[in-house]
Amino acid sequence: MSYQPIHQPPPMDFRSKSMRLNTLRRSVMNHLITALSILATLLVIAPLVAILAYLIYKGASSLNLAFFTHIPAPVGEPGGGMANSIVGSGIILGLSSLMGVPIGIAAGVYLAEFGRGTLLANAVRFTADVLNGVPSIVMGIAIYSLVVMQQKHFSALAGGVALAIMMVPTITRTTEEMLATVPHAIREAALGLGVPKWRTAISVSLRTASPGIITGCMLAFARVAGETAPLLFTAFGNQFWSFKLNEPIAALPLQIFVYAISPYDEWHRLAWAGALVLIVLIMVSVTLVRIVANRGVLKGAS
Amino acid sequence: MQTSNLAPAVFVADPHAVQIRTVEPSPVRAFLNARGSGKLADGSFAAVMMLCACSIFAIVLFIFSILILRSKLSLVAFGWKFFTRQAWDPVSGDFGALPFIYGTLATSFLALLIAVPLALGVAVFLTELCPKPLRGPISFLTELLAAIPSVVYGLWAVFVLVPLMRDVLGPFLYKTLGWTGFFEGTNFGVGMLTAGIILAIMILPIISSLTRDIMTAVPNSQREGVLALGATRWEMIRIGVLRNSRIGIVGAIMLGLGRALGETMAVTMVIGNHPEINKSLFAPGYTLASVIANEFSEATGDLYLSALIEIGLALFLVTIVVNAIARLMVWAVTRGAPARVA
Repeated sequence: MSYQPIHQPPPMDFRSKSMRLNTLRRSVMNHLITALSILATLLVIAPLVAILAYLIYKGASSLNLAFFTHIPAPVGEPGGGMANSIVGSGIILGLSSLMGVPIGIAAGVYLAEFGRGTLLANAVRFTADVLNGVPSIVMGIAIYSLVVMQQKHFSALAGGVALAIMMVPTITRTTEEMLATVPHAIREAALGLGVPKWRTAISVSLRTASPGIITGCMLAFARVAGETAPLLFTAFGNQFWSFKLNEPIAALPLQIFVYAISPYDEWHRLAWAGALVLIVLIMVSVTLVRIVANRGVLKGAS
Repeated sequence: MQTSNLAPAVFVADPHAVQIRTVEPSPVRAFLNARGSGKLADGSFAAVMMLCACSIFAIVLFIFSILILRSKLSLVAFGWKFFTRQAWDPVSGDFGALPFIYGTLATSFLALLIAVPLALGVAVFLTELCPKPLRGPISFLTELLAAIPSVVYGLWAVFVLVPLMRDVLGPFLYKTLGWTGFFEGTNFGVGMLTAGIILAIMILPIISSLTRDIMTAVPNSQREGVLALGATRWEMIRIGVLRNSRIGIVGAIMLGLGRALGETMAVTMVIGNHPEINKSLFAPGYTLASVIANEFSEATGDLYLSALIEIGLALFLVTIVVNAIARLMVWAVTRGAPARVA
């Protein structure tokens, strides 16, 4: 007895013309997309390399010792440097770190250690993310309205406050994420030994997560170090030495901006040198702090 | 009755228990008693932390209220018409924000138009195609792009991109796409198109690194499932990866848009700063952020100042809405995946 199926579909013919065309189309599409994405990557890397190479070429050729020791020369006079801007940037950034880092870390500690899962914590997290995207120029005019209009003059303090506000959300979010990687067992061990909760948060959780938190702070620092827009109407810039907190102060990004849009070649040259110094300073400070922070500290996420 | 009698009976039946209570407390107990519960310290620490967390609300509220307060003059004088009027005449005190809104929208969308395909290409390359040893350096390079300050981009744009636009790219676009009417008029090198290009370069790293995170969050079983059905690699990416992460990708693009809307320095340096609506992309324009940057410190008169602050208020509200929507979208996708700082 033989089994004769009443209806058997014909075996699929992979060699038919339409099938072969289809396979060809799919394979061509596959390679096309691969090529396109490689091309896109190259196109993205090209401007980066162009910017960095041009910056190093232009900046290095116009850097000299006077740049680091002199204040800006008047128009028409050769030479001059940006010593006051470098110091001014340092002062403003120091001020902003002093205000922004503790608040940011404390808010992060609240999110990770005390308010986990509560409505308030979620709202704070969301607000921090949104605040992160607020344009820096808006921070500038807000601080102008608050501080500068009250004081009746531009000041380094106002610049510091503007940058501090920009640092807070970044630091809060990184601190929270780094604290979330600290294993619960470590906290429980501390609590089990009778350590109060605040002490646990400071000496156990924060200490364990400290390399990551320091990295987050440096990211925030690097981000605000290059900010120009919020300083335009707060720190305002200054062609001379100034160390007072309630007076206009020079800042490196501001000085670069002023020189870049000026019509003088000598100032353009200084702008390039300033840009190179700015980037190098940012990168060096970030790397230094990371190296120091990574030494002798218990690594997180065991 | 019986139960109430039972309890003291049990208590008395164990004389040692009574005895222990009468002797001195153990050293540990004594130490703990002497130290106090630490409730006060714990409570105040938590309160301080909460205060700092709430300061983030305070900052947003404060920015919002002070912007409204300072722009009241122009809010009252022009009302909603402020955003639909073309006039910008500080001398006669006639202000309208339409040219700036147009400039901001046009440059931002131009930037998205250029940046989105490239960013998606980079993200696909990095997550799906790239050989392992190259992956680290390339993503490091693209993130380095995000670390360059905006003013340095502007500097580069002024001295490299503007001449390039004027002498090479501009004439080429005029020759090939001149019939569309978007590339008309005198090409100075500065203008909407140049601003759009520099913005695209600046928002690329944000979009591509977020998209990469979102694609990495797609479970591998999705990829394997699609591949097992005989898909090519592109089909796997399209069906298994892109389709699953599309909401997050839209969110990433909107985050890029938020950044582009508020970007100030680089745009101010190359857009030409001329408050006029012009169809041609070669024409100089003006954006919301750059008009503030240029005119704020020399604004004379209260109305002028408050008009500029109202522009800032508009920028603040728009970017907050765009960012809020974008964050919600990104969260919806990456919720389960390990978080990473953007």
